[in-house]
Amino acid sequence: MLTCKQFLTELNDYLDPNVDPVTKVHLEAHVCECPNCFVIVDTTRKTLQVYRGVEPQEIPEDVKSRLWKALERKMAAES
Amino acid sequence: MTPFFNSAAPSEPSDEGNLVARAQAGDASAFAELVQRYERKIYRLAKNITQNDEDAEDVLQDAFLKAYEHLSGFQGQSKFYTWIVRIAVNEALMKLRKRRGDRFVSLDEPIDTGEEEVKREIAVWEGNPEEQYSQEELHRILNEAVEGLKPDFRTVFTLRDIEELSTEETAEALGISVPAVKSRLLRARLALREKLTRQFKRKGEDVFAYL
Repeated sequence: MLTCKQFLTELNDYLDPNVDPVTKVHLEAHVCECPNCFVIVDTTRKTLQVYRGVEPQEIPEDVKSRLWKALERKMAAES
Repeated sequence: MTPFFNSAAPSEPSDEGNLVARAQAGDASAFAELVQRYERKIYRLAKNITQNDEDAEDVLQDAFLKAYEHLSGFQGQSKFYTWIVRIAVNEALMKLRKRRGDRFVSLDEPIDTGEEEVKREIAVWEGNPEEQYSQEELHRILNEAVEGLKPDFRTVFTLRDIEELSTEETAEALGISVPAVKSRLLRARLALREKLTRQFKRKGEDVFAYL
């Protein structure tokens, strides 16, 4: 069986939904036997979920207004 | 904002290819709609990479101004979003290099894949952070964690896991190899997992309660 260190170097593959089934099974064997790596897989998944799930913050109003003014100047200059 | 820009359609889900074609034909309101669609994401990306408010604002402006300028050169083989992300990443990396003075930031320099022993934080999380924290608090926690990563790592993580570019697109945007993207992504993911686990872990004795 893989050591934890070997498993962790393959963690991206394990988390990749498109990984080939043979690799997946090979890695799965370690996760089923190793409670630490099970927790690492679970919390890494949650880390990715929380980053992907959060909506981007609003841009501060002053920053936004300067962006649109700059765009407006650019468009006026090129028209 | 001028009345002209206010008149831009409020992010209706219209076909993006069509919008881009209209913008390329000189329809300013179509370009304005593309900006409205992606401005928050581009600002987030700029903040994540530069970690500096002033630089992030410059990146936001310069990216969209350059996109407008070079719109005729956009071939439509990639998505408009991927294209604008690549422009913004280039601008952000330039800012990062400037801030670091003479020290050239190479995103392809070998990284330490050493054997250092890090005490891993092994604990399950207490419920679902999205339900337990306000959006504002969550943004603060997530931003602080990314801020603590080395620039090479946070840049790769931002593109792959926040902006959801593919490994190949990320490699191309940063001018680095696919294996370099993969190895940095792994380090970044593990580092963020550690940081977030310290924040979100279940307190007390039953950290393995769901095993």
